[in-house]
Amino acid sequence: MSTPTDTVVRKGLSPRKRAQRSRLIQYAVLVVLVLVALFSADWGQIGSVFFKPEFIKSTFQDGVLQALVKTLEYTAGAFVIGLAGGTVLALMRLSSVGPYRWLATAYIEFFRGLPAIVVFIAFSLLPLAFEGMTIPWDPYGVVWLALGIVAAAYMAEVIRAGIQAVPKGQIEAARSLGMPPGLALRKIVLPQAFRIVLPPLTNDLILLVKDSSLVFMIGVAADAYELTGFGRDLANTYSNLTPIVVCGFCYLIITLPLGLLVRRLEAKAARAR
Amino acid sequence: MALVEIKNLHKSFGGNHVLRGIDFTVEQGEVVCVIGPSGSGKSTLLRCVNLLEVPQEGQVFVRGEEITDPDVHLDAARAGIGMVFQQFNLFPHLNVLKNCTVAQTTVLRRKPEEADKVARANLERVGLSEKVEAFPAQLSGGQQQRVAIARALSMDPALMLFDEPTSALDPELVGDVLTVMRKLALEGMTMLVVTHEMAFAREVADRVVFMDGGVIVEQGPPAEVIGNPREERTKLFLRRVLDPTHVEPS
Ligand SMILES: Nc1ncnc2c1ncn2[C@@H]1O[C@H](COP(=O)(O)OP(=O)(O)OP(=O)(O)O)[C@@H](O)[C@H]1O
Ligand SMILES: [Mg+2]
Repeated sequence: MSTPTDTVVRKGLSPRKRAQRSRLIQYAVLVVLVLVALFSADWGQIGSVFFKPEFIKSTFQDGVLQALVKTLEYTAGAFVIGLAGGTVLALMRLSSVGPYRWLATAYIEFFRGLPAIVVFIAFSLLPLAFEGMTIPWDPYGVVWLALGIVAAAYMAEVIRAGIQAVPKGQIEAARSLGMPPGLALRKIVLPQAFRIVLPPLTNDLILLVKDSSLVFMIGVAADAYELTGFGRDLANTYSNLTPIVVCGFCYLIITLPLGLLVRRLEAKAARAR
Repeated sequence: MALVEIKNLHKSFGGNHVLRGIDFTVEQGEVVCVIGPSGSGKSTLLRCVNLLEVPQEGQVFVRGEEITDPDVHLDAARAGIGMVFQQFNLFPHLNVLKNCTVAQTTVLRRKPEEADKVARANLERVGLSEKVEAFPAQLSGGQQQRVAIARALSMDPALMLFDEPTSALDPELVGDVLTVMRKLALEGMTMLVVTHEMAFAREVADRVVFMDGGVIVEQGPPAEVIGNPREERTKLFLRRVLDPTHVEPS
């Protein structure tokens, strides 16, 4: 039960003063936490385990840049497969032919529901299970397929949403000019759909960069190591975490600018609306 | 032979019987304006002429070809029928010139140079030759609608369909579009225009068709249908449109 007296504003500090005091408390907590961290941690030990200069140097000498290039190659190929496969799946999901819709839905739900690492383990065992089976372009073929098959499932949903976001009037205009459905799709709908999904697709690309670290599950040769496999190997050899830290920074060099790009694209899309 | 001939056209959306038996024709070179209250089925009728809506019953003939025949080469028929939409529907990812050439080069298989020439000539016709490189988003509504007209004209259509081409425009931009349409009419283009612009219908139309409740209530020269309507429903509608402040006696 509320009576008029319940709703009377509390006397005392003004809202502005109260906000000021709350900020002050937050800063005080922060300062205490930083001081505790500074005095309780053994900074020399931390530095030599995570950031040992001679290991930074030898990580570069042992070929971290080569591993970075491999990560980029694995990601790029998988992205192309994912994009092509995702587009086909998206079109199947929007098809008027029932079985196409069901197949695409089954594929998408199946691979989105599985941890990617399960798919990678399955791929690594394929040559064992099917004797004499080889996937061409070793190791690229396997890596691109394993990554691409999963990526296609995620991208299909993004692309489908993009296609459906193209206004109906666009298709009507194209058809009224005499364009058959396939032509209208290629010339009018898909170019607009890809513009709409550019930010979420870039997000998928970031995820793919990180998922490429699962390649070490397949067991590729040492000269085919991407960043994670390379860093883990070297960290084991040195019994030191510095190589992993360097590899971590390499990932950030790729993913942070992409993240920035996504925010730019989103802002641009919001302005165009 | 009439350019457009419609026989006993019926169209429903679910249980909503929108067109209830429409018969009418458009002759070569004729300008026909369709008027009527909102929801009376004007747009639906227009969209049945190029089969953007598929009627359940009845026939539509364009240039003697029955386009309601399921086996007709529909895309070829549509290429010869220009359509201008209320919301322009320009292709936002293509510039003005490309908007006018994309269907020419793909549907009509014209050479790029020829398509370019045709597009530029039509953009000149609508007074936008200096905007060929612009993208739709950089144009005013009136300019966009004139590009849409040029895009349709670039297919050399035998017939132009207009669905309330000025209804989405700011009042000061309506004139430019109507001027272009008036010019087209004078050049002898066959036009079927759904519009609320009574002054335009009165001046430009050879015939005015008044629709209400999915049927044609009255049709004839504008001086008769707008100037001196016979049917009570037409009178009522015109009173509302010509004098928006008019209040029905209750
Ligand atoms: N695609 C559709 N699906 C379902 N109902 C529709 C569809 N298109 C039109 N209708 C219905 O058909 C009826 C007639 O619509 P139509 O657009 O032809 O009217 P109109 O005379 O053009 O009206 P306005 O002046 O408002 O444009 C309306 O009741 C509308 O709700
Ligand atoms: Mg309408």
